[in-house]
Formats: sequence, structure tokens, C-alpha cells
Amino acid sequence: MLRLPPLDYAAPSDLDEVVALLADGGSVLMAGGTDLVPNLKRRQYPGAARIVSLRRVPGVAGIDVADDGSVRIGALTTLAEVAADDRVPAVVREAAGLVASPQLRNRGTVGGNLCVDTRCHWLNIPETWRQAAEPCLKAGGEVCWVAPAKKWCWAVSSSDLAPVMVALEATVRLVGPDGVREVPAAELYRDDGMDHLAKRPAEVITEVVIPPLTGLRAGYRKLRRRGSIDFPILGVAAALRFVDGRCNDARIVLGAVASAPLRVTAAEELVVSEPWSEGLVERVAEAAGKAVRPMSNTDLTSRYRKRMVPVYVGRLLRDLGGYHE
Amino acid sequence: MRLDPHHGVVGTAAPRIDGLAQATGSLRYVDDLAFPGMLWGKILRSTQAHARVVSVDTRAAEAMPGVRAVLTGEDLPVAFGLLPVSQDEHALAIDKVRHVGEPVAAVAADDPDIAQRAVDAIEVVYEPLPAVTTMEEAAAMADEPIHGEGPRVNRHREVSLEFGDVDAGFDAAYHVREDVLFYQGNNHAALETHGAVGLLTDEGRLHVYSSTQVPHYLHRILAKVLEMPEGAIRVTACPTGGGFGGKTDVFSHELVAAKFALVTGRPTKIVLTREEVFYAHRGRHPVLMWIKTGFTEDGRITAMWLKTYVDGGAYGSYGAASLLYTGQLLPVTYDIPAYRFQGVRFFTNKPACGPKRGHGTPQGRFGLEVHLDKAAEDLALDPVAIRRRNLIEPHSLTVNHLRVTSCGLAECLDRVVDASGFRDRYGEMPPGRGLGLAVGAYLSGAGLPIYFNDMPQSEVMLKVDRGGGVTVYSMAADCGQGSTTMLATVVGEALGLDPTELTVVTADTDLTPIDLGSYSSRVTFMAGNAALEAALRLGDLILTAVADEWEVDPDRVELGRGVVVAGDRQMTWREAVQIAEARWGLLVATGSYKPPKDIKGDYRGAGVGPSPAYSYSACVAEVAVDADTGVVSVEKVWLAHDIGRSINPLLVQGQIEGSVHMALGEVLMEEQAFRGALHDGPSLLDYKIPTVLEMCDVESIIVESVDPEGPFGAKEVGQGPLLPVIPAVVNAVYDAVGVRIDEVPVRPDKVIAALRDRTRGGTGRYGPTSLPDYEFRPPLPVDPPGR
Repeated sequence: MLRLPPLDYAAPSDLDEVVALLADGGSVLMAGGTDLVPNLKRRQYPGAARIVSLRRVPGVAGIDVADDGSVRIGALTTLAEVAADDRVPAVVREAAGLVASPQLRNRGTVGGNLCVDTRCHWLNIPETWRQAAEPCLKAGGEVCWVAPAKKWCWAVSSSDLAPVMVALEATVRLVGPDGVREVPAAELYRDDGMDHLAKRPAEVITEVVIPPLTGLRAGYRKLRRRGSIDFPILGVAAALRFVDGRCNDARIVLGAVASAPLRVTAAEELVVSEPWSEGLVERVAEAAGKAVRPMSNTDLTSRYRKRMVPVYVGRLLRDLGGYHE
Repeated sequence: MRLDPHHGVVGTAAPRIDGLAQATGSLRYVDDLAFPGMLWGKILRSTQAHARVVSVDTRAAEAMPGVRAVLTGEDLPVAFGLLPVSQDEHALAIDKVRHVGEPVAAVAADDPDIAQRAVDAIEVVYEPLPAVTTMEEAAAMADEPIHGEGPRVNRHREVSLEFGDVDAGFDAAYHVREDVLFYQGNNHAALETHGAVGLLTDEGRLHVYSSTQVPHYLHRILAKVLEMPEGAIRVTACPTGGGFGGKTDVFSHELVAAKFALVTGRPTKIVLTREEVFYAHRGRHPVLMWIKTGFTEDGRITAMWLKTYVDGGAYGSYGAASLLYTGQLLPVTYDIPAYRFQGVRFFTNKPACGPKRGHGTPQGRFGLEVHLDKAAEDLALDPVAIRRRNLIEPHSLTVNHLRVTSCGLAECLDRVVDASGFRDRYGEMPPGRGLGLAVGAYLSGAGLPIYFNDMPQSEVMLKVDRGGGVTVYSMAADCGQGSTTMLATVVGEALGLDPTELTVVTADTDLTPIDLGSYSSRVTFMAGNAALEAALRLGDLILTAVADEWEVDPDRVELGRGVVVAGDRQMTWREAVQIAEARWGLLVATGSYKPPKDIKGDYRGAGVGPSPAYSYSACVAEVAVDADTGVVSVEKVWLAHDIGRSINPLLVQGQIEGSVHMALGEVLMEEQAFRGALHDGPSLLDYKIPTVLEMCDVESIIVESVDPEGPFGAKEVGQGPLLPVIPAVVNAVYDAVGVRIDEVPVRPDKVIAALRDRTRGGTGRYGPTSLPDYEFRPPLPVDPPGR
């Protein structure tokens, strides 16, 4: 098998110590390790000298429901635990249950999935083979092989939970050298394949808080080649609120079409503009499709992935709207 | 001795004798081996598709603490190749590299991390050369061809044969149709990656353990490349975690591990990463094909012309045979009166292709079975009728001089058609659902050995101890197909013993007599026959001794289950064995198998295709196609297989189900595809193999035609059942949504493209439209056998 590069390993039992080690530079943070370890083996983080594990830090795992009905999920909670806990909103459980494979969900965590690195088929290959094509931009080279004309990395946001958390307007709690801050999930991400997280390098996600879903209907659809294992090549999350046969509040978020979860505002505006109907669903789905430009950097063709956006958006909206009728 | 199974051993569904060890993980694979002082080897591989190797500087690697040896091409200068006609490889590159991933240098070190760092420290200077990555490029003149001197085209081998008057057949036809189709290459993706350990024994002999299907060929090539007598080398094939043909070639890491043992005196292990397996490859050849067939009004074939364009990758490997297999077995299922077969295998700067389950035949079979479905539609015939009208007869000769003996194809066809309700349901299902039909045939062992010789292809020795224990010795390497269980079952049936009580020693060149290896589905037929012959001889020794003891006519003495009987007299097997040993001395018996000589034609190329018997399969696939997403779900497969005689129905069913799973991967997902010279996804995440969720229901139907020459009438099952599944699924997609996908894998984007094409008034076809600009030499005329 591929070997890890030489690395130190630290597993402090104190969060401040984790943050201090991260601030020290050369550190990579590990929760479940299911994304980090293969990336390290492929030498995707040449500056990494030390793994800092969260596993001994108390209080960053587990699920609580607050008095107001909001659900707090500790960052170190495994995806399998989330998928099985009926206090968690169904859409989150569903998305968590669609991540990777059963074995990886036993190990992978909520925080890890929210931070999962962007992916590209020019990048996620072992170093030897990357050398065969000259390293790409994100691998320290000068050119993006996906779109060589522009010096920009198009690696794909590949989290299943991220679009769902953005759609639910969840909040992420970050602990860093400068203290604690809470940011909306949408603000955790930047549409830049090189550097897709807006958090500072020494900040640690400790929990995600999902506000009460009162009256909200939410769902998630995932496109991938196989029924298990695969990363999304399209994710569609939607949260809709209906009043009197009309959707008056809509959040429609696409995963795996850009370097960050993409909120399709054109589709959201359209969906609240008139009473719910099959014709409306079709136009909203088309609008979502027009909003994206997937690149040839992951499984299946970019043209196909673009064509699937209206299909998947339409199917999800019909499901959610169908509850109403 | 009776030759029919009557002890209830053959024909009984029983778990494999090594099944528990496999299921519990206690079986010792090559990566489980550890020896005192063992070193870890690592191979440096080319990052260039095509380049001259200007220099390899190993000084920094050699200077690292813990590095025990470094090898480069000069240390292993002897060229090798599995086929005598293709001695074009070196263990480590000399002068040139021809594909990304080609081995260039190697390190043996105290641990794998040091080995990796030392490999990283080797500096190679390359002078890049123009790379050829497509067949169109390969067909053009090259100043710097991949092999040999330029200018020349990158052709490896060509075949151009004509059996009978094809033009006359087309002239006489009521309907002629042509199709162009493409079959993408794919990898075996055995779960166990390849590995080898080389070590020196206390006596100073070289002992190589390897996850190989062909210990004998590894033995020969080790002797050649290391320039040592074969007697100084022992090869042990470890149990493999799957082979599927991927471990039938000899690989750099086996030769390098052995050389390290010689150089350092210490055991050295090399286990490939998954990525290295994809770059070592030897998998399914990508084949572009053009097929033209003439039919009478009622669907009888009048003539057929097949052209195949085969993308071989950078080396010969088995390719000379693979090329012939793309066309030579098509006449084994259908009676084709006149047949022109032209094929060319190109060299390209990609990992070499080789044999994978079905070796060269699934591509042509896919082409023909899809082509026949279209012709049936042209002629307003149903898919069953057009096939039935052309079926080969049992005990006949094909137009290309292959000898067909037992043939249960008609029964296979009837059984799947009946079981699936094909006649009532085909063409009548709701939109998005469909049925498809196809048939296939495969070898029960290649009739000719890989290197010319007149010796048996398989030999088995039996030894009996005084406690009645029987040990079976055979070089057959169990690559997961169950050959070890087969040997115990054949001997057990012949002698009336329980297979689980036998000891089977396999796949070791010091301990076991020859078997050429687990390829071409040869082991049941050939090692099985050798084992049967040995068992019959051993049985005779025992019956004769007991007859003498009882003073009765030897014809009256018989073997029962664990006993010897004559009328109402009876003794245990153990007692009988002791009487026989007292009478004869050491109780050993041997058997050998050599295929008959009269099973092949007399023309150049006639050596590939002949087999002592052919297995037959028929398949109906039921699919659901999502017209919005293009996703094809295979819901059920009915697969009838003529195995001659089912020695162990449980293992037969396992091979059928495994073949169906592998076929689903090939028809729907798997691609050994490249971006330039770079593999598109050399990992089990990116290379899509169906999971258990994509696996369909399988109804396995075993048909027993009882072959006159097979052991107890048996033929093969390891490869044949894969063949018809692929075209059956493609034909079912057409029945479901009315589009022709003339290219596998049938990815959802291709289905969507075809559906959109049809919506816009097109033909609703997705597939290749042109052929490489390559002119075949005029076909060599061969007279069909007189009929």
C-alpha cells in the first residue's frame, strides 16, 4: 500500500493545546482521518509535518437538543451516529448516511465531512503519477490541467453535509487562537479549489448547530456512480416552507458543482414567485441547471453533470412539494 | 474401474476444501509471509510515456542508511516475455521507457519507508519522445516507433485470414449489414494486489513466492532472466486473492525480488500498490471492431467479415494470442459458411494489455451479439430465431477448423428463454424496462502450450500413506476458481473417498509435477483428466492386490465409499491400502494429459482457438433504464451454462455469479481509460467496480452435455459465463429505451446522449463512427473443412 510520509503525531486532551499546535504551523488536523490519511499518502500536503488529532479532546462529540429545538452535533460525532440518531433532522441523517461507505461512516465525522478537501482527478492521485503530468496548481505546480487558460483551481467541493447545512442555515462554531466565533455554514466556504475553507488554519470546528426546522421541508439528493463509496458528483439540498399552496421561503443548494456549496438564488427567487405547480418546478429546475458550470475534473462528463442538475433539482422539489398536496 | 460418477462425490454441492481458511482470513497470502532479516523492495516507475533513459543516478539512494541494494536495467539485462514471439520486456527499463509506470529502478531496504525515500532519491534523466496514445496515432508512420527502428507504423501483429468465399456469400445474401463497435479496456482489479518474496534457502537455492497463476512460466522466465539453471530455482505460487488473468504474466517485481535475494542474500518482499497494479495492467484490450454479415431472408448467415483494431499498449505480453482470440472463437457458436477475419494489434505508450477472463473473446462476442440483434430487427426476426437458425451442431468442425465436440448451446438458449419468459415479454415491457439475449462460448483449455513442446500440459501424482491418506500433487495454482477442490473431488469420486479427507499439494515447482497454469480455463479439463488417470491407476493397484488377497477375479472387486467390496465381502480402504502396499511397495500413481493433436487447422494462426472442448452459455438480462438520468440498472440475469458435467455445482454457481458481477462492471462502469498517457483513475475509488448494491439477481442454470473427453464429462466454467452477459445487457437497453449503445461501458452520459440524439430526429445511436486509417494485407485463403 501507499506509505504515509514521515509525520509526528499529537493527540492532546485539551482543545487549547490542539489550537496551539495548529497555530504552530506544519500541522494538519485529524478527526476521523478518512479524508486526511489518503490525501497524506498521496502527498497532497507537502508542508505537513505533524498530525494533530482531536480524538482525546472532551466535549467535541455527541448530539444534544436545546430547549428551542435546535440540534447541536459535536464535530467529532461519527457520520454513522448521526445517520442513526432520530433526534437529528431527517435530511441531515439521510445526507450523513449517503457519505462514502458503512465502514467509512463508522470512522468519518461530521466536522471532517464539512471540511472534506476539494477533489479533482488531476490531484487525487499518488505523487508519482502526478509527476507524469507535471504537478497541477493545487499540487504546487503552475497550471490547472482542467482549464489551463486561467491560473485558478477548480477542484470540487465534495461534502454531502455541506449543502444540507447551508440549506438549513446551520451555524458552525469555531475555536481558534483568537477565541470562539460562530459563523453561518455558508460562510465557512470559499469558491476556490486551492483554499476552500474560510476558517483560519488554526481554527477548529467544534460543533454545528442546526436551528429548529419548524415548518421547513428539506431533502437531499446525491448523484454518484454507485450506491455506496463514491463522493457526490452532484448534491442537491433544498429547504422549503409552504403556506397555502405556495412556497414562501426556499433555499436550494448544490454540492459538487463548484469549489463550494452553491446556493442557486435564481432558482430560489423563482420558486417563491408564484403558486406551486409542476410547470413552476420545471422552470426552477431549469434555472438551477443554468446556474452551474461543472468542469471535467471528476467522474462522468461535465456536460452530463450539468444536465443532471435540473433532473435532480426537479425530483427533489417534486418530493418536497408532494408532501404539501 | 468405473468411469461414470457413482460415489456421489462428483455432482454434490460442497464448499471448497480451502473455503474456511479463505473466509476466516487464515490462508497465507504472499503479503502474509515474513522471514527473519527480510528486506522491502520498492520499484521506481517511469513518469514518462515515451522517453530515452539518459541516466539513472542511484548514488543518493545507495548512500541512505538502511538501503541494502539498488538495481537498474543493467543488472537484469536479459529480455523476456511470456510468449516466445514477444521477448520484448526487461525487468527494469534499458535505454527507453514506453509507458508511464514502467519499472526503471528498484531499492531493497530495511523497511518500506526507507525503500520509498530511497526510490524518491533516485534521479532519472529522460529525453522525452513523441508519445502515441491512440490507435489512430499508432496507425500513422512514426520516426521513433515504440519498438524497433523507424520510420514505421506502431503495428505489433496482424492477422488476415479468409475461410471460404466471403464475397460470394455477401453476393448471395438477401440482407447485408455492417456495424462499428467499441469495447473499452478494463483491469482485473483482483482484491489482492500482486506481490512476491525472493529468498535464498539454506542450500543456497533461490526460492520465489509469488501471487501468480503461472508458477511454471515464472520458473522458466526466472531461469532465463537470472541466467540460472531451473533446478537452482524453486517457485511457490501462494494462494491468490483473485487473479482473473491478471497474474498470468510474469512481472518486474517478481524478477526484481528474486534478484535482490541473490544480491543481498536476504529475503526481499515486494507488494504492489493498487496504482502500480493499474500501471502493470495486462488487462482487457480496448477493441474497435467493424463487422459485416450477410443473411438469407430467414436469417441464415451466408458470410461474415470481421475487422478488429486492438490497442495493445506498450508490450507484447499475450497480445499475439489476444489478437487472434478477438475473432477466432466466433464460429464456435454459429455455423458461418464463409468468414474473413482481419485484425491488427497496435503498440501504444500505455501499460500493456493481456489476458482477462475471456481473453480477447468478450470484445468480438459483444460485437457479434449486438450486430445479430440489429440484423434480426432488419429481417423482422426475433432474437431467439436468428440465433437458433445459425447454431453450430455438436460434433462438427467450424469454418476455421476448430473441432466442436459436446455442445449444449441449444439447450442453454431454450432454458434462459423459458426461464425469463423472453418470448412473451421481449418488446412488450413498459417503457424503461427491457430484456436482452446473447450467447457465448469459451475454451476448456488452450489446445497448444505457450512454448512449443510435445510433453503433457498437466501431470498429477498421487501418493498413499499407510493410514489410507491420499495426497494429490499438482502444479495447478488455485486463483480462486476452486481448482484445488476440483482435484480432490475428481480423485475422491474415482476412489470413493471424501474430498475433505484428501491432502492436495499444489503450485510448487519443487514438490509438484507440471501444470502449465491457471489460464484459458484449462485446469479442470487438463489437470482433472490427469488426476482421473492417476486415480484410476491407483485404484487398479489396490483392487488387484485385494483380489489377490481374497483370491477372487479382479473384475469382481470394486471401490465403495471408503471400502473395497466383492460380493458380500468388504474391507476398509485403510486395510486395502496396507494390503496393496505389502503387495506393490510404495503406492504412487501418476496421470498425464495432453490435448488431442487433430483439433486444429493447418494455417498460420491456427494455433489460437483450438481447445479439446468448448463450454457454451446463453444469457437473458433484464434491465431498467432511467430515461432522465441514463442510469442502467440490471435487475436480473438468467444464465445457462453448458459445463459438460458439474463436478461441484456450488463452485459452478459461484463462477457463474462471479462472472455476472464482473460482466456488469465491464458493461456498465469499468474503464482502463487514459488522459493522454495518464491513467484516468488508478484507485478502487475512481475505477468503478459494481458494489453489492449494483449486483443483480442471478438465476444460474447448469446444463450438462457430458463431454466425451472431459474428466467425468466436465468442461470449463471460469470464463465462459462472462461473455454473453455484456451484449445481453446492451441489447436489453435497446429493448428498454430504443437506443443503441455500440460501445461499452454503457455509461449514463452515453445513454443520455443517445436519447437526446433520437429526440432531435437522429438514429438514437451512440458509438464509434470511424476506423483507423490502416490497410490490412490481403487475407490468406484457407479452405474450410470438407462437409
